[in-house]
Amino acid sequence: MSVLSIEGVWKNFHGHSVLRGIDLEVEPHEVVSLIGASGSGKSTLLRCVNLLETVDDGVIHLDGEDITDPRADVDLVRRRLGIVFQSFNLFPHMTVLDNITLAPRRVHGTSKTRAEEQAHDLLTRFGLASKARAYPDQLSGGQQQRVAIIRALATQPRLMLLDEVTSALDPELVVEVLGIIRELKESGMTMILTTHEMSFCRDISDTVCFLDGGVLLEKGPPEQIFTDPRESRTQEFLRSVLKSGRF
Amino acid sequence: MSEWVKSERQAERERVRRSRARRSASIATASTIVFIVLVVWGVTGSPGWPRVRETFFDGEQFAKALPDVLSGFVLNVKIFIVAEVLILVVGLLVALARGIKTPAFFPIRALATLYTDVFRGVPTILVIYLVGFGLPALRLQGIPSDLATLGVIALTLSYGAYVAEVFRAGIESVHPSQVAAARSLGLGHVKTMRFVVLPQATRRVVPPLLNDFVSLQKDTALVATIGPLEALRQAQIHAASTFNYTPYLVAALLFILLTIPMARLTDHLAARTRRRRGA
Repeated sequence: MSVLSIEGVWKNFHGHSVLRGIDLEVEPHEVVSLIGASGSGKSTLLRCVNLLETVDDGVIHLDGEDITDPRADVDLVRRRLGIVFQSFNLFPHMTVLDNITLAPRRVHGTSKTRAEEQAHDLLTRFGLASKARAYPDQLSGGQQQRVAIIRALATQPRLMLLDEVTSALDPELVVEVLGIIRELKESGMTMILTTHEMSFCRDISDTVCFLDGGVLLEKGPPEQIFTDPRESRTQEFLRSVLKSGRF
Repeated sequence: MSEWVKSERQAERERVRRSRARRSASIATASTIVFIVLVVWGVTGSPGWPRVRETFFDGEQFAKALPDVLSGFVLNVKIFIVAEVLILVVGLLVALARGIKTPAFFPIRALATLYTDVFRGVPTILVIYLVGFGLPALRLQGIPSDLATLGVIALTLSYGAYVAEVFRAGIESVHPSQVAAARSLGLGHVKTMRFVVLPQATRRVVPPLLNDFVSLQKDTALVATIGPLEALRQAQIHAASTFNYTPYLVAALLFILLTIPMARLTDHLAARTRRRRGA
Protein backbone atom coordinates (compact mmCIF):
# COMPACT_ATOMS: atom_id res chain seq x y z
CA MET A 1 0.00 0.00 0.00
CA SER A 2 1.26 3.47 -0.77
CA VAL A 3 2.28 5.74 2.11
CA LEU A 4 0.55 8.74 0.66
CA SER A 5 -2.12 8.95 -1.97
CA ILE A 6 -3.33 12.28 -3.29
CA GLU A 7 -6.42 12.23 -5.51
CA GLY A 8 -7.88 15.18 -7.38
CA VAL A 9 -6.76 17.83 -4.86
CA TRP A 10 -7.84 21.42 -5.47
CA LYS A 11 -6.85 24.47 -3.47
CA ASN A 12 -8.11 28.01 -4.03
CA PHE A 13 -6.83 31.29 -2.63
CA HIS A 14 -9.04 34.34 -3.12
CA GLY A 15 -10.85 32.86 -6.10
CA HIS A 16 -7.62 31.75 -7.74
CA SER A 17 -6.89 28.05 -8.03
CA VAL A 18 -3.36 27.22 -6.85
CA LEU A 19 -3.80 23.46 -7.14
CA ARG A 20 -5.98 22.14 -9.97
CA GLY A 21 -6.74 18.48 -9.45
CA ILE A 22 -3.42 16.96 -8.33
CA ASP A 23 -3.01 13.16 -8.33
CA LEU A 24 0.08 11.59 -6.76
CA GLU A 25 1.02 8.29 -5.13
CA VAL A 26 4.06 7.87 -2.90
CA GLU A 27 5.28 4.33 -2.20
CA PRO A 28 7.27 3.28 0.88
CA HIS A 29 10.97 4.32 0.68
CA GLU A 30 10.25 6.39 -2.38
CA VAL A 31 11.75 9.86 -2.82
CA VAL A 32 9.48 12.16 -4.81
CA SER A 33 10.65 15.60 -5.96
CA LEU A 34 8.35 18.39 -6.95
CA ILE A 35 9.87 20.88 -9.38
CA GLY A 36 8.42 23.88 -11.13
CA ALA A 37 8.52 27.66 -11.14
CA SER A 38 7.66 29.75 -8.08
CA GLY A 39 3.88 29.80 -7.67
CA SER A 40 3.40 26.48 -9.44
CA GLY A 41 1.85 25.05 -6.26
CA LYS A 42 4.73 22.88 -4.92
CA SER A 43 4.77 24.35 -1.43
CA THR A 44 1.00 24.56 -1.21
CA LEU A 45 0.76 20.86 -1.99
CA LEU A 46 3.14 20.08 0.89
CA ARG A 47 1.16 22.35 3.22
CA CYS A 48 -2.02 20.49 2.25
CA VAL A 49 -0.43 17.13 3.08
CA ASN A 50 0.68 18.58 6.42
CA LEU A 51 -2.84 19.98 6.99
CA LEU A 52 -1.47 23.49 7.42
CA GLU A 53 -3.89 24.19 4.56
CA THR A 54 -7.28 22.54 4.13
CA VAL A 55 -7.95 21.23 0.64
CA ASP A 56 -10.93 22.62 -1.26
CA ASP A 57 -11.59 19.36 -3.08
CA GLY A 58 -10.18 15.90 -3.51
CA VAL A 59 -8.85 13.51 -0.90
CA ILE A 60 -5.48 12.68 0.71
CA HIS A 61 -4.84 9.29 2.29
CA LEU A 62 -1.94 8.68 4.67
CA ASP A 63 -1.40 4.94 5.15
CA GLY A 64 -4.91 4.41 3.88
CA GLU A 65 -6.50 6.84 6.31
CA ASP A 66 -8.41 9.81 4.91
CA ILE A 67 -6.65 12.78 6.52
CA THR A 68 -8.79 15.33 4.67
CA ASP A 69 -11.84 14.16 6.61
CA PRO A 70 -12.82 17.12 8.81
CA ARG A 71 -13.20 14.69 11.72
CA ALA A 72 -9.59 13.47 11.45
CA ASP A 73 -7.42 14.41 14.44
CA VAL A 74 -4.98 16.93 12.95
CA ASP A 75 -2.41 16.47 15.73
CA LEU A 76 -2.43 12.69 15.36
CA VAL A 77 -1.87 13.01 11.60
CA ARG A 78 1.03 15.44 12.06
CA ARG A 79 2.72 13.12 14.52
CA ARG A 80 3.33 10.77 11.61
CA LEU A 81 4.81 13.48 9.39
CA GLY A 82 8.07 15.37 9.59
CA ILE A 83 8.18 18.73 7.87
CA VAL A 84 11.19 20.97 7.28
CA PHE A 85 10.72 24.54 6.14
CA GLN A 86 12.78 26.83 3.92
CA SER A 87 13.36 29.23 6.83
CA PHE A 88 14.28 26.50 9.39
CA ASN A 89 11.79 27.81 12.02
CA LEU A 90 13.82 26.53 14.95
CA PHE A 91 12.58 27.75 18.33
CA PRO A 92 15.01 30.56 19.19
CA HIS A 93 14.49 30.37 22.98
CA MET A 94 15.51 26.71 23.18
CA THR A 95 18.85 24.98 22.83
CA VAL A 96 19.43 22.60 19.94
CA LEU A 97 18.81 19.69 22.29
CA ASP A 98 15.50 21.13 23.56
CA ASN A 99 14.38 21.87 20.02
CA ILE A 100 14.91 18.24 19.10
CA THR A 101 13.45 16.66 22.25
CA LEU A 102 10.35 18.90 22.49
CA ALA A 103 8.04 16.77 20.34
CA PRO A 104 9.28 13.36 21.55
CA ARG A 105 8.83 14.45 25.17
CA ARG A 106 5.67 16.55 25.01
CA VAL A 107 3.80 14.79 22.22
CA HIS A 108 5.01 11.21 22.23
CA GLY A 109 5.58 10.93 25.98
CA THR A 110 9.20 9.77 25.73
CA SER A 111 11.14 10.21 28.98
CA LYS A 112 13.64 13.07 29.15
CA THR A 113 16.67 10.76 29.39
CA ARG A 114 15.51 8.57 26.53
CA ALA A 115 14.64 11.54 24.30
CA GLU A 116 18.01 13.18 24.96
CA GLU A 117 19.82 9.93 24.27
CA GLN A 118 18.08 9.67 20.91
CA ALA A 119 18.77 13.32 20.15
CA HIS A 120 22.47 12.87 20.93
CA ASP A 121 22.60 9.84 18.66
CA LEU A 122 21.08 11.81 15.81
CA LEU A 123 23.33 14.82 16.41
CA THR A 124 26.39 12.57 16.40
CA ARG A 125 25.25 10.83 13.25
CA PHE A 126 24.92 14.15 11.44
CA GLY A 127 28.08 15.73 12.82
CA LEU A 128 26.50 18.20 15.22
CA ALA A 129 27.27 16.57 18.57
CA SER A 130 29.20 19.62 19.80
CA LYS A 131 26.20 21.90 19.20
CA ALA A 132 23.70 20.25 21.55
CA ARG A 133 23.83 23.12 24.07
CA ALA A 134 23.99 25.93 21.49
CA TYR A 135 21.09 28.25 20.69
CA PRO A 136 19.88 28.49 17.07
CA ASP A 137 21.25 32.01 16.54
CA GLN A 138 24.74 30.75 17.39
CA LEU A 139 24.66 28.37 14.42
CA SER A 140 25.23 28.91 10.71
CA GLY A 141 22.29 28.59 8.34
CA GLY A 142 23.42 25.15 7.22
CA GLN A 143 23.73 23.94 10.81
CA GLN A 144 20.31 25.37 11.67
CA GLN A 145 18.73 23.57 8.76
CA ARG A 146 20.43 20.32 9.72
CA VAL A 147 19.06 20.71 13.25
CA ALA A 148 15.60 21.36 11.78
CA ILE A 149 15.86 18.11 9.83
CA ILE A 150 16.97 16.23 12.94
CA ARG A 151 14.09 17.80 14.89
CA ALA A 152 11.65 16.45 12.30
CA LEU A 153 13.37 13.06 12.35
CA ALA A 154 13.28 12.71 16.12
CA THR A 155 9.61 11.75 16.11
CA GLN A 156 10.37 8.90 13.71
CA PRO A 157 7.96 10.10 11.04
CA ARG A 158 6.40 7.85 8.42
CA LEU A 159 6.95 10.49 5.76
CA MET A 160 9.24 13.52 5.54
CA LEU A 161 8.19 16.70 3.74
CA LEU A 162 11.08 18.99 2.77
CA ASP A 163 10.04 22.39 1.49
CA GLU A 164 12.86 24.23 -0.36
CA VAL A 165 15.21 23.35 2.46
CA THR A 166 18.30 24.79 0.77
CA SER A 167 16.82 27.94 -0.79
CA ALA A 168 17.77 30.24 2.10
CA LEU A 169 21.36 29.00 2.32
CA ASP A 170 24.67 30.22 0.95
CA PRO A 171 26.01 27.89 -1.76
CA GLU A 172 28.79 26.44 0.41
CA LEU A 173 26.24 25.51 3.10
CA VAL A 174 23.88 23.76 0.66
CA VAL A 175 26.23 20.80 0.38
CA GLU A 176 26.04 19.82 4.05
CA VAL A 177 22.23 19.89 4.02
CA LEU A 178 22.03 17.87 0.82
CA GLY A 179 24.39 15.36 2.42
CA ILE A 180 22.00 14.73 5.30
CA ILE A 181 19.07 14.24 2.90
CA ARG A 182 21.10 11.76 0.88
CA GLU A 183 21.79 9.85 4.06
CA LEU A 184 18.09 9.79 4.86
CA LYS A 185 17.36 8.26 1.48
CA GLU A 186 19.94 5.57 2.09
CA SER A 187 18.29 4.77 5.44
CA GLY A 188 15.03 4.16 3.56
CA MET A 189 13.05 7.26 4.55
CA THR A 190 10.03 8.10 2.42
CA MET A 191 10.24 11.74 1.35
CA ILE A 192 8.57 14.40 -0.72
CA LEU A 193 10.74 17.41 -1.45
CA THR A 194 10.43 20.61 -3.37
CA THR A 195 13.69 21.99 -4.68
CA HIS A 196 15.45 24.28 -7.10
CA GLU A 197 18.66 22.21 -6.96
CA MET A 198 18.20 20.28 -10.20
CA SER A 199 21.37 18.18 -10.18
CA PHE A 200 20.65 17.10 -6.62
CA CYS A 201 17.03 16.39 -7.53
CA ARG A 202 18.14 14.24 -10.44
CA ASP A 203 20.61 12.42 -8.25
CA ILE A 204 18.36 11.63 -5.30
CA SER A 205 14.79 11.25 -6.65
CA ASP A 206 13.01 8.07 -7.61
CA THR A 207 10.26 10.12 -9.17
CA VAL A 208 10.25 13.70 -10.38
CA CYS A 209 7.01 15.66 -10.79
CA PHE A 210 6.83 18.85 -12.80
CA LEU A 211 4.13 21.23 -11.64
CA ASP A 212 2.94 24.13 -13.74
CA GLY A 213 0.13 26.49 -12.82
CA GLY A 214 -1.24 24.10 -10.20
CA VAL A 215 -1.30 21.11 -12.54
CA LEU A 216 0.96 18.06 -12.26
CA LEU A 217 2.01 18.24 -15.88
CA GLU A 218 4.57 15.48 -16.08
CA LYS A 219 5.83 12.71 -13.85
CA GLY A 220 8.55 10.14 -14.31
CA PRO A 221 11.97 8.83 -13.31
CA PRO A 222 14.63 11.60 -13.22
CA GLU A 223 16.52 10.31 -16.29
CA GLN A 224 13.39 10.65 -18.42
CA ILE A 225 12.29 14.02 -17.06
CA PHE A 226 15.71 15.60 -17.33
CA THR A 227 16.85 14.11 -20.65
CA ASP A 228 13.63 13.47 -22.52
CA PRO A 229 10.77 15.60 -21.17
CA ARG A 230 7.56 15.05 -23.08
CA GLU A 231 5.79 18.32 -22.32
CA SER A 232 6.95 21.53 -23.97
CA ARG A 233 6.43 23.44 -20.67
CA THR A 234 8.80 21.05 -18.91
CA GLN A 235 11.39 21.54 -21.66
CA GLU A 236 10.99 25.29 -21.37
CA PHE A 237 11.36 25.20 -17.58
CA LEU A 238 14.46 23.00 -17.69
CA ARG A 239 16.00 25.23 -20.35
CA SER A 240 15.50 28.32 -18.19
CA VAL A 241 16.96 26.50 -15.18
CA LEU A 242 19.94 25.50 -17.31
CA LYS A 243 20.45 29.11 -18.37
CA SER A 244 20.36 30.36 -14.76
CA GLY A 245 23.26 28.02 -14.03
CA ARG A 246 21.42 25.94 -11.46
CA PHE A 247 22.09 22.67 -13.17
CA MET B 1 51.01 37.35 7.87
CA SER B 2 52.62 40.52 9.22
CA GLU B 3 51.54 42.21 12.45
CA TRP B 4 49.31 45.24 12.22
CA VAL B 5 51.17 48.50 12.71
CA LYS B 6 48.91 51.49 13.19
CA SER B 7 49.28 53.76 10.19
CA GLU B 8 49.86 57.51 10.47
CA ARG B 9 46.42 58.04 8.91
CA GLN B 10 44.68 55.94 11.58
CA ALA B 11 46.58 57.70 14.39
CA GLU B 12 45.49 61.07 13.01
CA ARG B 13 41.84 59.86 12.81
CA GLU B 14 41.95 58.77 16.44
CA ARG B 15 43.42 62.13 17.51
CA VAL B 16 40.54 63.93 15.78
CA ARG B 17 37.97 61.63 17.40
CA ARG B 18 39.46 62.21 20.87
CA SER B 19 39.48 65.95 20.51
CA ARG B 20 35.87 65.88 19.31
CA ALA B 21 34.83 63.73 22.28
CA ARG B 22 36.56 66.17 24.68
CA ARG B 23 34.80 69.05 23.04
CA SER B 24 31.31 67.53 23.32
CA ALA B 25 31.94 66.57 26.96
CA SER B 26 32.88 70.13 27.90
CA ILE B 27 29.87 71.54 26.03
CA ALA B 28 27.57 69.12 27.90
CA THR B 29 29.05 70.12 31.28
CA ALA B 30 28.82 73.82 30.57
CA SER B 31 25.21 73.67 29.37
CA THR B 32 24.16 71.57 32.40
CA ILE B 33 25.70 74.08 34.81
CA VAL B 34 24.01 76.99 33.04
CA PHE B 35 20.68 75.15 33.11
CA ILE B 36 20.87 74.38 36.85
CA VAL B 37 21.91 77.93 37.72
CA LEU B 38 18.97 79.30 35.70
CA VAL B 39 16.44 76.97 37.36
CA VAL B 40 17.70 77.65 40.91
CA TRP B 41 17.86 81.38 40.24
CA GLY B 42 14.33 81.35 38.75
CA VAL B 43 12.79 79.42 41.64
CA THR B 44 14.57 81.11 44.56
CA GLY B 45 14.17 84.52 42.99
CA SER B 46 10.37 84.16 42.74
CA PRO B 47 8.39 86.45 45.09
CA GLY B 48 6.71 83.54 46.92
CA TRP B 49 9.91 81.51 47.47
CA PRO B 50 10.43 82.22 51.23
CA ARG B 51 6.89 81.03 51.90
CA VAL B 52 7.27 77.92 49.73
CA ARG B 53 10.56 77.04 51.41
CA GLU B 54 8.89 77.28 54.78
CA THR B 55 5.87 75.10 53.89
CA PHE B 56 7.52 72.50 51.66
CA PHE B 57 11.16 72.32 52.71
CA ASP B 58 11.07 72.44 56.50
CA GLY B 59 13.89 70.25 57.86
CA GLU B 60 12.32 69.85 61.30
CA GLN B 61 8.94 68.80 59.89
CA PHE B 62 10.73 66.46 57.53
CA ALA B 63 12.40 64.62 60.42
CA LYS B 64 9.16 64.52 62.40
CA ALA B 65 7.04 63.11 59.56
CA LEU B 66 9.59 60.62 58.26
CA PRO B 67 8.94 57.70 60.68
CA ASP B 68 5.16 57.74 60.18
CA VAL B 69 5.31 58.24 56.42
CA LEU B 70 7.93 55.53 56.17
CA SER B 71 5.81 53.05 58.13
CA GLY B 72 2.89 53.95 55.85
CA PHE B 73 5.14 53.40 52.88
CA VAL B 74 5.72 49.81 53.96
CA LEU B 75 2.00 49.28 53.30
CA ASN B 76 2.44 50.77 49.81
CA VAL B 77 5.20 48.28 49.10
CA LYS B 78 3.03 45.42 50.37
CA ILE B 79 0.07 46.51 48.24
CA PHE B 80 2.40 46.85 45.29
CA ILE B 81 3.94 43.39 45.62
CA VAL B 82 0.66 41.53 46.17
CA ALA B 83 -1.10 43.46 43.39
CA GLU B 84 1.81 42.88 40.99
CA VAL B 85 1.64 39.11 41.34
CA LEU B 86 -2.16 39.09 40.96
CA ILE B 87 -1.98 41.44 37.96
CA LEU B 88 0.46 39.16 36.16
CA VAL B 89 -1.84 36.17 36.69
CA VAL B 90 -5.03 38.04 35.69
CA GLY B 91 -3.34 39.72 32.72
CA LEU B 92 -1.95 36.47 31.36
CA LEU B 93 -5.23 34.58 31.81
CA VAL B 94 -7.25 37.33 30.13
CA ALA B 95 -4.78 37.54 27.24
CA LEU B 96 -5.00 33.77 26.76
CA ALA B 97 -8.79 33.85 27.02
CA ARG B 98 -8.92 36.42 24.23
CA GLY B 99 -6.96 34.06 21.99
CA ILE B 100 -9.24 31.04 22.43
CA LYS B 101 -10.88 30.07 19.16
CA THR B 102 -12.92 27.06 20.30
CA PRO B 103 -16.60 27.95 19.78
CA ALA B 104 -17.70 26.50 23.15
CA PHE B 105 -15.56 29.07 24.93
CA PHE B 106 -16.98 32.04 23.07
CA PRO B 107 -18.57 33.48 26.26
CA ILE B 108 -15.16 33.47 27.98
CA ARG B 109 -13.57 35.24 25.05
CA ALA B 110 -16.35 37.81 24.92
CA LEU B 111 -16.10 38.35 28.68
CA ALA B 112 -12.34 38.87 28.48
CA THR B 113 -12.78 41.43 25.70
CA LEU B 114 -15.49 43.23 27.70
CA TYR B 115 -13.25 43.26 30.78
CA THR B 116 -10.31 44.90 29.00
CA ASP B 117 -12.59 47.42 27.29
CA VAL B 118 -14.27 48.44 30.54
CA PHE B 119 -11.31 48.58 32.88
CA ARG B 120 -9.02 50.35 30.46
CA GLY B 121 -11.71 52.95 30.04
CA VAL B 122 -12.53 53.65 33.70
CA PRO B 123 -10.03 55.86 35.59
CA THR B 124 -8.15 53.89 38.24
CA ILE B 125 -9.28 56.23 41.02
CA LEU B 126 -12.94 55.53 40.14
CA VAL B 127 -12.32 51.77 40.23
CA ILE B 128 -10.80 52.25 43.70
CA TYR B 129 -13.87 54.16 44.87
CA LEU B 130 -16.28 51.63 43.38
CA VAL B 131 -14.48 48.63 44.83
CA GLY B 132 -13.59 50.32 48.13
CA PHE B 133 -17.07 51.58 48.94
CA GLY B 134 -19.35 49.52 46.66
CA LEU B 135 -18.06 46.01 47.26
CA PRO B 136 -18.43 46.02 51.10
CA ALA B 137 -21.86 47.65 50.73
CA LEU B 138 -23.13 44.51 49.03
CA ARG B 139 -22.73 42.81 52.42
CA LEU B 140 -21.97 39.51 50.75
CA GLN B 141 -20.34 36.73 52.75
CA GLY B 142 -16.58 36.52 52.24
CA ILE B 143 -16.08 40.01 50.83
CA PRO B 144 -13.00 41.43 52.56
CA SER B 145 -13.52 44.56 54.61
CA ASP B 146 -9.83 45.38 54.99
CA LEU B 147 -9.21 48.61 53.10
CA ALA B 148 -5.77 47.67 51.82
CA THR B 149 -7.14 44.38 50.47
CA LEU B 150 -9.92 46.24 48.68
CA GLY B 151 -7.27 48.55 47.26
CA VAL B 152 -5.33 45.56 45.96
CA ILE B 153 -8.48 44.20 44.29
CA ALA B 154 -9.17 47.55 42.62
CA LEU B 155 -5.59 47.98 41.37
CA THR B 156 -5.56 44.39 40.08
CA LEU B 157 -8.80 44.96 38.13
CA SER B 158 -7.54 48.19 36.62
CA TYR B 159 -3.96 47.17 35.81
CA GLY B 160 -4.91 43.61 34.84
CA ALA B 161 -6.65 45.04 31.77
CA TYR B 162 -3.51 46.91 30.68
CA VAL B 163 -1.20 44.01 31.33
CA ALA B 164 -3.55 41.67 29.42
CA GLU B 165 -3.13 43.89 26.37
CA VAL B 166 0.64 43.89 26.80
CA PHE B 167 0.67 40.09 26.94
CA ARG B 168 -1.64 39.90 23.94
CA ALA B 169 0.66 42.14 21.92
CA GLY B 170 3.55 39.88 22.91
CA ILE B 171 1.69 36.74 21.87
CA GLU B 172 0.77 38.28 18.54
CA SER B 173 4.37 39.36 17.92
CA VAL B 174 5.56 35.75 17.75
CA HIS B 175 5.84 34.90 14.05
CA PRO B 176 3.17 32.55 12.66
CA SER B 177 5.94 30.31 11.28
CA GLN B 178 6.82 29.40 14.88
CA VAL B 179 3.27 28.19 15.43
CA ALA B 180 3.35 26.33 12.10
CA ALA B 181 6.59 24.61 13.13
CA ALA B 182 5.20 23.58 16.51
CA ARG B 183 1.90 22.35 15.07
CA SER B 184 3.82 20.43 12.41
CA LEU B 185 5.63 18.57 15.17
CA GLY B 186 2.24 17.44 16.45
CA LEU B 187 1.94 19.88 19.36
CA GLY B 188 -1.67 20.92 19.97
CA HIS B 189 -2.87 24.48 20.58
CA VAL B 190 -2.26 24.41 24.35
CA LYS B 191 1.21 22.88 24.15
CA THR B 192 2.19 25.20 21.31
CA MET B 193 1.22 28.14 23.51
CA ARG B 194 2.97 26.80 26.58
CA PHE B 195 6.27 25.67 25.09
CA VAL B 196 6.73 27.81 22.01
CA VAL B 197 4.65 30.99 21.96
CA LEU B 198 4.46 32.12 25.59
CA PRO B 199 8.17 31.76 26.44
CA GLN B 200 9.04 33.99 23.49
CA ALA B 201 6.17 36.40 24.10
CA THR B 202 6.92 36.96 27.81
CA ARG B 203 10.58 37.68 27.09
CA ARG B 204 9.56 40.34 24.63
CA VAL B 205 7.07 42.06 26.92
CA VAL B 206 9.31 42.36 29.98
CA PRO B 207 10.29 46.01 29.30
CA PRO B 208 6.70 47.26 28.72
CA LEU B 209 5.53 45.23 31.75
CA LEU B 210 8.15 46.81 34.00
CA ASN B 211 7.03 50.18 32.73
CA ASP B 212 3.48 49.40 33.83
CA PHE B 213 4.82 48.35 37.22
CA VAL B 214 6.68 51.62 37.71
CA SER B 215 3.33 53.25 37.13
CA LEU B 216 1.63 50.82 39.54
CA GLN B 217 4.11 51.63 42.31
CA LYS B 218 3.03 55.24 42.44
CA ASP B 219 -0.63 54.47 41.86
CA THR B 220 -0.67 52.55 45.16
CA ALA B 221 -0.97 56.06 46.62
CA LEU B 222 -4.44 56.34 45.04
CA VAL B 223 -5.59 53.74 47.55
CA ALA B 224 -5.22 56.55 50.13
CA THR B 225 -8.57 57.86 48.91
CA ILE B 226 -10.46 55.02 50.59
CA GLY B 227 -8.55 55.37 53.83
CA PRO B 228 -5.84 52.82 54.69
CA LEU B 229 -2.84 54.34 56.46
CA GLU B 230 -0.29 54.24 53.66
CA ALA B 231 2.37 56.86 52.91
CA LEU B 232 0.23 59.56 51.32
CA ARG B 233 -2.46 59.21 54.01
CA GLN B 234 0.16 59.52 56.78
CA ALA B 235 1.55 62.60 55.06
CA GLN B 236 -1.96 64.07 54.84
CA ILE B 237 -2.49 63.49 58.56
CA HIS B 238 0.77 65.26 59.43
CA ALA B 239 0.08 68.09 57.02
CA ALA B 240 -3.42 68.56 58.41
CA SER B 241 -2.17 68.94 61.98
CA THR B 242 0.73 71.31 61.27
CA PHE B 243 -0.34 73.18 58.11
CA ASN B 244 3.09 72.30 56.75
CA TYR B 245 3.36 70.38 53.47
CA THR B 246 6.86 68.97 53.98
CA PRO B 247 5.44 65.47 54.75
CA TYR B 248 4.23 65.31 51.12
CA LEU B 249 7.82 65.88 50.06
CA VAL B 250 8.82 62.96 52.28
CA ALA B 251 6.26 60.72 50.57
CA ALA B 252 7.32 61.91 47.12
CA LEU B 253 10.99 61.15 47.86
CA LEU B 254 10.13 57.65 49.08
CA PHE B 255 8.18 56.91 45.90
CA ILE B 256 11.05 58.20 43.77
CA LEU B 257 13.52 56.02 45.68
CA LEU B 258 11.38 52.99 44.80
CA THR B 259 10.62 53.79 41.17
CA ILE B 260 14.09 54.89 40.03
CA PRO B 261 15.73 51.46 40.40
CA MET B 262 12.77 49.92 38.57
CA ALA B 263 13.03 52.46 35.76
CA ARG B 264 16.78 51.85 35.41
CA LEU B 265 16.17 48.08 35.34
CA THR B 266 13.63 48.62 32.54
CA ASP B 267 16.16 50.65 30.54
CA HIS B 268 18.82 48.05 31.13
CA LEU B 269 16.61 45.18 29.94
CA ALA B 270 15.46 47.13 26.89
CA ALA B 271 19.07 47.86 25.97
CA ARG B 272 19.98 44.21 26.42
CA THR B 273 17.16 43.11 24.11
CA ARG B 274 18.36 45.59 21.49
CA ARG B 275 21.91 44.26 21.74
CA ARG B 276 20.71 40.67 21.44
CA ARG B 277 18.79 41.46 18.31
CA GLY B 278 22.06 42.79 16.97
CA ALA B 279 20.61 46.21 16.20
